Amino acid sequence: MTETTVEKPSSLRMIISLTLVSILSGIAVVSVYLYTKPIIDENKRRAIEAAVLKVIPDAAGYQPFLLEDNTLKPATDSKTKGLLFYAGYDQHKQLVGLAAPANAQGYADKVYIIYGYRFDCECITGVKVIKHAETPGLGDKVITDQSFVANFDALDAKVNVEGSALQNRIITVKHGAKTNPWEIDAISGATITSRAIGKALDIGAGQLLPQVLKFRDQLEAQ
Amino acid sequence: MLDDKITSETFWEGVWENNPVFVMLLGMCPVLAVTNSTINALAMGLATLFVLLSSSLLVSLIRNWIPKQTRIAIYIIIIATFVTVVDYVIQAISLDLYNALGAFIQLIVANCMILGRAEAYASKVPPVKSLVNALGMGVGFTIALLCLGSVREILGSGTLLGFDLFGEHYQQWVVMILPPGGFFVLGGWLLLFEWLRQRKEQEES
Amino acid sequence: MEPTGLDFIFFNAFLASNFVLALFLGLCPFLGVSGKLETAFPMGIATMVVMLISSVCAYFINQILVSYDIEYLRLISYIAVIASSVQLVEMTLKKFTPGLFRSLGIFLPLITTNCAILGLALFQTFKEYNFLQSLVYALGAGAGFTLAILLMAGMRERMDLARLPSVTQGAALSLMIGGLLSLSFMGFAGLGS
Repeated sequence: MTETTVEKPSSLRMIISLTLVSILSGIAVVSVYLYTKPIIDENKRRAIEAAVLKVIPDAAGYQPFLLEDNTLKPATDSKTKGLLFYAGYDQHKQLVGLAAPANAQGYADKVYIIYGYRFDCECITGVKVIKHAETPGLGDKVITDQSFVANFDALDAKVNVEGSALQNRIITVKHGAKTNPWEIDAISGATITSRAIGKALDIGAGQLLPQVLKFRDQLEAQ
Repeated sequence: MLDDKITSETFWEGVWENNPVFVMLLGMCPVLAVTNSTINALAMGLATLFVLLSSSLLVSLIRNWIPKQTRIAIYIIIIATFVTVVDYVIQAISLDLYNALGAFIQLIVANCMILGRAEAYASKVPPVKSLVNALGMGVGFTIALLCLGSVREILGSGTLLGFDLFGEHYQQWVVMILPPGGFFVLGGWLLLFEWLRQRKEQEES
Repeated sequence: MEPTGLDFIFFNAFLASNFVLALFLGLCPFLGVSGKLETAFPMGIATMVVMLISSVCAYFINQILVSYDIEYLRLISYIAVIASSVQLVEMTLKKFTPGLFRSLGIFLPLITTNCAILGLALFQTFKEYNFLQSLVYALGAGAGFTLAILLMAGMRERMDLARLPSVTQGAALSLMIGGLLSLSFMGFAGLGS
């Protein structure tokens, strides 16, 4: 150290230096935030678009909607509360299905998925895992394992006659024990993650589908 | 006493002799947490390198100007600013990468290596020298991360940078990409270096 | 147990997602201060106290940040709060219980660069916990940290008495023990689901 004076700097100088550094850091952070925000939003939109079009096989485009207090409205701001879902339309602008996010507690943390639903077969047509923290090589088999993914080619999700809930709750069964079209055949060695996906679907679809079906005409008119 | 002369030692110190991970055992959290694949390790290493370089340069530039009593607070603000910048830039580059690294990008702030460099080195030497030293430290850190990441990926997934190495009959050693594997592989590297060091000592004596 | 239930949050942070052994947070004190049981225990407790304080602060700060739409200042404000709360704990201890302050000594400032504290603040934000959930999460994480560091210290004290090859002495052995501990804690994963 070269300084020999140990005199105490005035508190004013300390305050000024701290304030100055804080202001500069604030400016730096804000400018980077403003510059990257459009790029990040575009990335997120593209990720959602890819997921939505993947889980509704025949869809060519989609519209985001919000269900709130039994009313349907277009989703504009992601921050408003309500059930978010994406209505999928084919190239003739005909309503084919919908996609919606869902999540459930898995092995390590929550598993976030987007699932697709088709109106004609009343079934779930695809599941895409958006974010997970499951064991690599075990839990992430739910993405790569072909026989597990085949569970969602046409997973029964009929709404009951009263239109209040799913006719059969979606459940995950042990590997090889699947007998009904609303059951998910778990991966052996990744049962908990398989179950998490089943639970997410059961809760998510069970809550959303009975409500959405009331607005089917409105969605088709869009 | 640190003089202002730049020697090759200024750079190489961080890469080998005082490697932040293998010798000084600093910044262990990201070292173990995000090294389950080579690409994650590389991204983390580069992000840390960037924060280290820019904070060292800035601290060194303003070293004569900030009052002693508030210096730690100022260092922390500077580091946190650069980490926030890196956080947003990585989000803009690739969301997948961002999701894979998780909160550990933001946790670079708490990497004691960076604050340690600012306090013990950058605040005492001119900008160019601190930059060279930070580069060495950052490269050393990245190399250490790569050492762990590649070993863990090869053993745990049978791949390197995503390319399949052994064909489909390879029985993956899954524990290596799980948390315990991080401890084991780093422990293994430390054993190897200690063994090499002791052998060299014996040869010399 | 429901994933949002307080019991689940506590046990998840305490055992299944143990901050040290599963998430690799707070490794510096875990390796550095785990040599003796008598220093490991106060370190664990001090960390837990700081965790509780910063968790409460982080919760309210996040409320403010969200209501003004300035989440990009989150990291900077969190780290500033943690640094100040450590300072606060330090000064309070020094004034009211000088004995305890002396025994903790150098460990207190070290807590600032303990990524477990910042990690806790960030994770409770990402998981969107409410006030009570955040508090329980901090309690579980702190207890988990204390448990891990105590287990480690107990084993290292025994290791001092064992005859070991000279190569294994030092950090390498601690890491191997950490690996075994981490392996056994994986048995808790999936708890309650």
